[in-house]
Amino acid sequence: MAGGIARFAPLRARLVALAERKLPALTRLRRAEPLPITLDRRRIYVVPTGYGVVFALLTAVMLTGALNYGNNPALLLTCLLGGACFVSVFIGFRGLSGLRLAQVRAGEAHAGSDVAVELVFAPGRRDRLALRVVAEPAEVAFAAERGREAVAVLALPARERGWFRPGRVRIVTTFPLGMFVIWSWVHPDVSVLIYPRPEPDAPPLPHGGEREGVPRAGEAEDDPAGLRDYRDHDPPRRIAWRASVRHERLLAREHERQAGLALVLDYDALHGLGHEDRISRLTAWVLQASAGREAFVLVLPGQSFGPAIGAAHRADCLRALALLPTA
Amino acid sequence: MSAATPSAQGRPDRRQFDLLCLSVAVALAPHLERLPLWLGPPLLVLVALRAWLRRRAAFAVSSWLRVPLAGLLLLLVIVEYGNVFGRAPGAALACGLLALKLLETESIRDARVVVGFSAFVLMSALLFNQALTTTLLLCAALIVPLAALVVLQPTVARQPRPLTTAFRVGGTLVLAGLPAALAAFVLIPRLSAPLWGSPGWDEQARIGLNDSMQPGSMTDLLVDDTPAMRVYFDGGPPAPAQQYFRAIVLWDFDGATWTRGDTRAYLRPEPVEDARLIHDYRVVIEPTRRHWVPALDVPLEAPEQTRLGSDHTIASFAPIAQPREFALRSATRYRLATELTSAERTRALGYPAAFNPRTIALAEQWRREGLDESAIVRTALALFNAGFTYTLTPPLLGRHSIDEFLFETRAGYCEHFSSAFVFLMRASGIPARVVTGYQGGWWNPIGDYLLVRHSDAHAWAEVWQTGRGWVRVDPTAAVSPQRVEQGASAANRGGDWFGAGFLRDLRNQFDSVNRLWTTAVIQFNALRQSQMLGRFGIRDLTPEHLLALLTGAIVVLLLVATVWALRGTRGPRRGDRLDAAWERLRRRLARHGVPVSPQQGPLDFAAAVHRRSAQADAAFDALVARYIALRYGAAEPTAEQVRAFGREVRKFRVPSAVQ
Repeated sequence: MAGGIARFAPLRARLVALAERKLPALTRLRRAEPLPITLDRRRIYVVPTGYGVVFALLTAVMLTGALNYGNNPALLLTCLLGGACFVSVFIGFRGLSGLRLAQVRAGEAHAGSDVAVELVFAPGRRDRLALRVVAEPAEVAFAAERGREAVAVLALPARERGWFRPGRVRIVTTFPLGMFVIWSWVHPDVSVLIYPRPEPDAPPLPHGGEREGVPRAGEAEDDPAGLRDYRDHDPPRRIAWRASVRHERLLAREHERQAGLALVLDYDALHGLGHEDRISRLTAWVLQASAGREAFVLVLPGQSFGPAIGAAHRADCLRALALLPTA
Repeated sequence: MSAATPSAQGRPDRRQFDLLCLSVAVALAPHLERLPLWLGPPLLVLVALRAWLRRRAAFAVSSWLRVPLAGLLLLLVIVEYGNVFGRAPGAALACGLLALKLLETESIRDARVVVGFSAFVLMSALLFNQALTTTLLLCAALIVPLAALVVLQPTVARQPRPLTTAFRVGGTLVLAGLPAALAAFVLIPRLSAPLWGSPGWDEQARIGLNDSMQPGSMTDLLVDDTPAMRVYFDGGPPAPAQQYFRAIVLWDFDGATWTRGDTRAYLRPEPVEDARLIHDYRVVIEPTRRHWVPALDVPLEAPEQTRLGSDHTIASFAPIAQPREFALRSATRYRLATELTSAERTRALGYPAAFNPRTIALAEQWRREGLDESAIVRTALALFNAGFTYTLTPPLLGRHSIDEFLFETRAGYCEHFSSAFVFLMRASGIPARVVTGYQGGWWNPIGDYLLVRHSDAHAWAEVWQTGRGWVRVDPTAAVSPQRVEQGASAANRGGDWFGAGFLRDLRNQFDSVNRLWTTAVIQFNALRQSQMLGRFGIRDLTPEHLLALLTGAIVVLLLVATVWALRGTRGPRRGDRLDAAWERLRRRLARHGVPVSPQQGPLDFAAAVHRRSAQADAAFDALVARYIALRYGAAEPTAEQVRAFGREVRKFRVPSAVQ
């Protein structure tokens, strides 16, 4: 059966393309729309599945048998079965109708790997079972309990750095019996930032020569911009004692290792590499430096970040790298 | 809920597979009583074994095992039934293949196929048993395959209580599908003739009265409490002692067995004179796969599709495979065949001289004593009355069965009595014949009908007397009068010490329900269909009419279901009504050229109106202010306020300045 379906895949793709060209109702939904998106009857489609067709044939055989033998109880049973299948469309439809795609989030992802796109659904006042979200080639099944948000996580391949649009997503269900496929297209107007691909075996961080063996502690202490009031949970080693004495209150250093100032990641300093390769290496270094909790400066053509340390700095740098114009 | 990979192509997990096995077992269970022993129990064991092994490891049974098993199944079915076509071998084969299919099922897709197949097998059980309880049970059992399909859907098996969920959804589906099912059941055109086969009796044992009789042949029948027929009298029922339903007349005796003999030679019905006490009545006969239509005493004419035999018994042209109804007319006072032809006389006096010498001697002694016809009858009945007992478990009889019965065992039931009596009569020179049929029944006061069970089967005698023709004589009545007065259950009752009477009453009441089932459902054929729709003014019903009606019914149900499916998707909350009224106002002004846009707030909109016409009236400003107050005010607007706003919008006249 699977082979048969595979054989018809190109034909099916052509038919879908034709339908989308000819049927405005289908194409209308290809435009991106702002969140939240609520599924309603105008955008929910229903078609029997292959199994539904086979089951209908089976029911027809049962019906013929019962009629042939003039057997009303058997006919009644067949009618009950048919009736149950008949109403299953509506139960399935109710599973989609009124479902709201409230939010789309994405985790951190680098080009070349998968990005986990989280679709947050608000099910409203119904339980919704056996829903699937399909964005070729990814597919995920989820269920939503009434009144509680449900999250479907799609792992989509992120090929290039920069803004990635998850594009059109099909929300589909064959609930309850698998005889009808009920679906709706949603094209949320959201973009996900894909960070550049880090160079796999990047060379070590380019620490400047002056860093070697020279303790730098205390140097930045005189810089009032690097100080702030001491907070309860700051570790004692952060306390800038000299400055505290001067200001007669406890001051703590903003960054723990201002000493690493010398680490400069400079786009223009990377000679002999192509544009994307430079971005890759810088990305790898930003990740390394952040993992090692080192302060660093990122210098890109026309912009520079830092010196700073921490998640926000890292995010700023990766974002800038991701959005660098292509060469 | 967490997300996970879809299992559409995956393997069934444990719960899914368990429910699948249950679905198969439920489909096989109703076939068990009918399947041969080599097939039924082994299939159930196979299903249980598969379920048990699958719990330990997911694996498909190798085709090295499956293919030979399928071949063996086919072979055994052919050996057992002779072929693979027809209902019984077909159902046996389907049961076997269903269980075998389960062995190889290791994907969701295969599992769905198994579920569909099990629904088919479930339905085929009803081809063999149409009883009310069976049908209700099987219809309820339909929930199991439906639940299996539900649990095969992705994420359902991971719900906190997947089986409860699946069964709840399955039950909902059956109940919600009920209206559509009933509409289809009533309106689907019935076939006037079967497309294939001879439904109803192809390979099944026939039940009911046999067309031959020998002592002991009725034993099975007399303990069979299932209904044989129901009789509806237009006037009141005849007295219990008159409730003799003649089915078969047995003429020929070979010393062991009474048979009908050659009936073709006597096609002319025996003449009936002085027919009085005429009863018009209907008989609804349960399927027997035989031709007899038991009729009260002497039926005067044959209904359609039947033939009146020379001895005034009625035979249907076709075997009775479905419950069938006949309208009949009978007399209980009459003179039947006052003249006998010589051929008839010879047949009615014949007996094999080589058997039962003592009985023949006794008859000759009576003749020598100079007894006349009625005296001989009286003497014989007195003989039975004197020292015979009525029992359903008589001693076995040997070669001279009537001698042994009359002079030694002296215990038996209707067959023994009628057989011995007719033999005695013939040996005494009185033409006599054995009649079998049903005697008595249970009068159901709720349904106003006489319920005749197979256990009411009876055999009696008819003797021919000069001037009176054939006269019924029931020798059993001489021994056990209550058999005739109160029915078989009274005569067979060993004692009521365990309250069997109460149970019997209960069962008799239940027969009203069964009767309703038989008439309303089992017998619902093309004729009933047109009768029912005729009440709504539809005459000359054709299949096209029915299909049109069916389509109409489905459209109506579709509409109802659509309304239900759409309900609640856009809950008519009060705020939305408010917005709808506001939207009406905006649209009306937009028609007059006021620029509107989706992002326009109420104040922007009011400003746009004012820009268009500097003198927009106060009524409009009041409406805008009111909308803002209702929409953005601290308190939720009441339904009454919203309605009032709607009325104001309707009443609002667009100022001429704007126009």
